[in-house]
Amino acid sequence: MSNAGQQRFTGTTVIGTARLIAAKDLRVELRSRVLLNQVLPFALIVMVMFAFALDSDAVLERVAPGLVWLAAMFSTLIMVSRSFAVETADGALDQLRSAGVPAMGIFIGKMMALMAQLVVLVTLLILTAVVLYRAELSWAGSVLLVTTGLTATCGLAAVGTLYGGLAAGAKGRETLLPLLLLPVVAPVLIGATRATESAFGTRGVSTGQGWPWLGLLAVFAVLFSVSGAVAFGPLLDD
Amino acid sequence: MSNDRATSTPFTKGLGFFVVLGIALLIILGIFVSPADVNQGESVRIMYAHVPGAWLAYLAFVMTAVSSAAYLWKRTRSLTWDRIAGASAEVGVLFMGISLVTGSLWGRLTWGTYWTWDARLTTTAFLFVTYIGYLAVRGLGGTHQQRARRSAVLALLAVLEIPLVHFSVELWNTLHQEASVAGRGTDVEMNGLMLFTLFLGVVVFTLMYIWLVLHRQRSLMLEDMLDDSGLDNALSERRAEATQVGH
Repeated sequence: MSNAGQQRFTGTTVIGTARLIAAKDLRVELRSRVLLNQVLPFALIVMVMFAFALDSDAVLERVAPGLVWLAAMFSTLIMVSRSFAVETADGALDQLRSAGVPAMGIFIGKMMALMAQLVVLVTLLILTAVVLYRAELSWAGSVLLVTTGLTATCGLAAVGTLYGGLAAGAKGRETLLPLLLLPVVAPVLIGATRATESAFGTRGVSTGQGWPWLGLLAVFAVLFSVSGAVAFGPLLDD
Repeated sequence: MSNDRATSTPFTKGLGFFVVLGIALLIILGIFVSPADVNQGESVRIMYAHVPGAWLAYLAFVMTAVSSAAYLWKRTRSLTWDRIAGASAEVGVLFMGISLVTGSLWGRLTWGTYWTWDARLTTTAFLFVTYIGYLAVRGLGGTHQQRARRSAVLALLAVLEIPLVHFSVELWNTLHQEASVAGRGTDVEMNGLMLFTLFLGVVVFTLMYIWLVLHRQRSLMLEDMLDDSGLDNALSERRAEATQVGH
């Protein structure tokens, strides 16, 4: 028993903590199915509502990349709220910190779990765009799209975890989070939308023109991953 | 007793006097004395409030970032820095709002449109929203130290965010928009009096910024003191009740 307990507690290192936290968050998701039963259907209905609002196949095809990422951002807000509601409901975050668990590990772990869920979400949104908005995907486009998706979700997960942690535990965080988060993720919306346009070949943009936008997404992801890992400790300490 | 509860000192009284005098002079010069512009006509007078307002807002946000860094750095940690950061952000948001409104009115008169997706304009709008968020975070509650740490981290993140937003909007603009009306075509040659009025506006608004922040920072300190004393009073009242019951 005590042996098993010791074996399980690999959380003293940053990487060990990150793995435990990420596995814990994904296990919570697997058992509660909030992403599957609530967030993904929400994203789908948003995509359908866009079609009602724009009411034209030509316009939808033209703006499909932007709608994919806009829907991704709205869903990110919900997922970030959920990610930290799990932590603050029983004061779990405070207990983790007072147990001496490194904040950087908590940040990386939560970010990884969020990114895994975002990848599922974005994949579904892109498939929806192909089915509902007649977006077309070539092989070269798919490579660009996968790279874009991974880089953009990495950035979204980093910044979401950082601002989610900032608002965690405060009253009224549900309404505050969108106000804080949306201005910050504007570069991701711009970069990911342009890269996805190239991948879909919207407006005759070639696939090659999409790759430079990945630079912007990569800079964003690196910048907020690093600053999040550094700033998370001071944010949580009391 | 009454003195340490007030927000003014002889220095701020003197400063306030000069600010009021300067604003009066700015109004006289800007509205009545300075000539109308050759291209823009009378609408150029909006500039005497718009440019100093924008300058003041940017100055305020830089000050918020600097004071936040000063708070986070252990050797200079003091709640005074936090309150200066908060006061500065409040003044900055107010004047950024004013300069956005005056700017779009001027744009309507001069360019024929309230808004263009120019990188500078768009970044300014983002800055405005970001600092509204910052003020909201300051109002989240918790201890003074919690508020200070949260908002200081947020202010430094804004320093990171804003250049990135500016850069990406610029990229977005150059590739997908026709050149904005705010381009190089509108080089204005200003006459001496117009330039002086603008310069006076910047100086007066800077003094006004200092004046407002000094007052606001002190009133924030009084608010914090009220918070603390409220808790102390409640504690001693409960204690008094307990001893009464005990008797």
